[in-house]
Amino acid sequence: MTKNIMIVGVGGQGTLLASKLMGRVLLERGFDVKVSEVHGMSQRGGSVVTYVRFGDKVYSPVVDRGEADVIISFELLEAARWLEYLKPGGRIVVNTQQVDPMPVITGAAEYPEDIVAKLLAAGAKVDAEDFLAVAERAGSAKTVNIALMGRFSRYLPEIEEETWLEALKASVPEKFLEMNLRAFKLGRE
Amino acid sequence: MRELMLGNKAVARGLYEAGVKVISSYPGTPSTEITEEAALYPEIYCEWAPNEKVALEAAHGATLGGVRAACAMKHVGLNVAADPLFTISYQGLNAGLVICVADDPGMHSSQNEQDSRHYAKAAKAPMLEPSDSAEAIEYTKRAFELSEKFNTPVFIKMCTRVAHSQSVVETGERVVPDKVPYVKDPMKVMMTVASRRAHVRVEERTRALIDFAETTDLNRVEMGDTSVGIITSSTSYQYAREVFGDRASILKLGLVWPLPEKLIRDFASKVKRLIVLEELDPFIEEHCRALGLAVEGKSLFPVCGEFSQNLVRESLKMDTPKGVPFPESVPMRPPVMCAGCPHRGVFYVLKKLKCMVYGDIGCYTLGAVAPLNAMDLNVCMGASCSGLHGFNLAMGEEGERHSVGVIGDSTFIHSGMTGICDIAYNMTNSTVIILDNSITGMTGHQQNPTTGKNLRGEPAGKVDLEALCRALGFERVRVVDPYDLAATEKAVREELAAQAPSIIISRRPCVMIKGTVHLPPIKPDTAKCVGCKACMAIGCPAIAVRDKKVSIDTTLCLGCGVCAQLCKFGCLGGEGK
Repeated sequence: MTKNIMIVGVGGQGTLLASKLMGRVLLERGFDVKVSEVHGMSQRGGSVVTYVRFGDKVYSPVVDRGEADVIISFELLEAARWLEYLKPGGRIVVNTQQVDPMPVITGAAEYPEDIVAKLLAAGAKVDAEDFLAVAERAGSAKTVNIALMGRFSRYLPEIEEETWLEALKASVPEKFLEMNLRAFKLGRE
Repeated sequence: MRELMLGNKAVARGLYEAGVKVISSYPGTPSTEITEEAALYPEIYCEWAPNEKVALEAAHGATLGGVRAACAMKHVGLNVAADPLFTISYQGLNAGLVICVADDPGMHSSQNEQDSRHYAKAAKAPMLEPSDSAEAIEYTKRAFELSEKFNTPVFIKMCTRVAHSQSVVETGERVVPDKVPYVKDPMKVMMTVASRRAHVRVEERTRALIDFAETTDLNRVEMGDTSVGIITSSTSYQYAREVFGDRASILKLGLVWPLPEKLIRDFASKVKRLIVLEELDPFIEEHCRALGLAVEGKSLFPVCGEFSQNLVRESLKMDTPKGVPFPESVPMRPPVMCAGCPHRGVFYVLKKLKCMVYGDIGCYTLGAVAPLNAMDLNVCMGASCSGLHGFNLAMGEEGERHSVGVIGDSTFIHSGMTGICDIAYNMTNSTVIILDNSITGMTGHQQNPTTGKNLRGEPAGKVDLEALCRALGFERVRVVDPYDLAATEKAVREELAAQAPSIIISRRPCVMIKGTVHLPPIKPDTAKCVGCKACMAIGCPAIAVRDKKVSIDTTLCLGCGVCAQLCKFGCLGGEGK
């Protein structure tokens, strides 16, 4: 069985480090893994998505509509944008932080209201929290990606917490390690 | 060692293991990381060339000098390198030469969706197409063997999904072949007799390569259920496997030019229904048709855009997973120029002056999006200069007074120089603005000949843009700071009015370059704000007006002060008016 994870957000939010960490953990556990990223133009503040697939043998590097077991969204609107990719009854872990896109800034469009309620109404299991606040409690707003990974780790019973922490030690520079370990644990709690 | 590796990094690993000594490339998404990752191996000399033509010529020169060499580029870069490509194919090599080219189906970061396989056929150079990172390492090494065995440049063709996906690889050791001595050979001078002989050799080589294609394990048959047979390659192979498992038979082509004949006929004879699954053009399909086979391809699948497993399922009317869309429209989130981007001030001025703006390729293409909307068109690297010249030939003074070309520093060196040479030599009073942000921005901050640093960030030669433009025949060359709106506007007005060709260099380093000094974020004095939204006209992602009061996102704002120059009430730290 292949499991499908998506990490979505706004270009520049640190989604690539999150997928790197996840890839390392899954490989460590002996899975076949594919991670598909977006580079280039979209990284300039556009909507970005990373696909992570793992199982005994993975073929396609992308997750398609109706296939994602879990969507991890770094921003609220992005959870709405990618909802259609969720499997019926799948889970969304979402940071409730809002980043206005340019059409909202210019007044050409409105930021939808009550997004979490609408995600729930669409049948998704939703775990929503202000992970920016969690990250700040850990010591820096920049650890928001790791705090989100911590929460996501709850929904991946295949992987023990220890494996995550080991991977974190291998992926993060020494001087930021303690802060990131704290962010992971606070996110997971 | 077993590890998860990006496709482009795997190509770099393959270049390393193949003993490559020289790589010359020009950055372009989705190919850039090939050269950046290769540069992390101290054993390989890597450089950014001014453009892809230069890169290929330099790499070819290195093979004449006896070492294995490579270059990497995006699909449109291969257009630029096409001139040397066709003749290098005739002339041959002295050591292996591999050209890594990355297509961009779906145009994630490109202006067109051209299919590079046509170049392999047109230049008669074999092309290998990996479908994941493990194959990217293996095929890159095999490409050098082929290159030397058949005395031909060989392509490694990537696409965005293979280039930018990580999958599991096992790495090997680096093996460096002996340097091949250089020997002068009159048949290397490509004119008349030598060229005619070379063409005959190329045709013989192609026949030999077709024989090779029939039996090589780069092409493999995976028999399953024989009710459907799928001929495929690259990432499409992964979609075919994902959708069908072993409920279909697959002919997976690793060598996509030249294509085998017997192998395909044999495969076709074993299956009931024959389908070609390939992104972009019907390249393999047309080959099958030429063999007289009844095959389905583009009658089922689109020519445009990127494939996915659901696209394959829907095209074949199979059961397709469905998700629940969000119940209301979700605002788009297009990419934007960063807060503090030096290009913003220039585009604000061009919009204000209602200029016709001939754009080019780079971050500044984002000047086209709302609310700036300050770009009329773009074509390819360098067209902003030569295209503007042609526009003004047709429009005369009316065009010259209201039109500009805008081009980045790296793009200008790539192919803007020759365009402004046309302007100066053939004398239109055209105005070109060089957006000099001291880096190649869009592809992820690569050095270029104007930055004074080489690929590894070490001190290097530096083009003096002002002196270069003067030497090309421009008497009017001036430099402005794009953070200073008044000075920028004055410069544009004066140069548009001037009865001479002009260059304006808008100079300010990209705010994303490490080491760029930023000013503290602007703290708005909201008591003064009347909610007029004048500051919103520049489309800065750090500025929002909520409840009729301006707010600044201090995590984004770099204190450039451009917004302050628009505020008449002095609430953004400016003096007001």
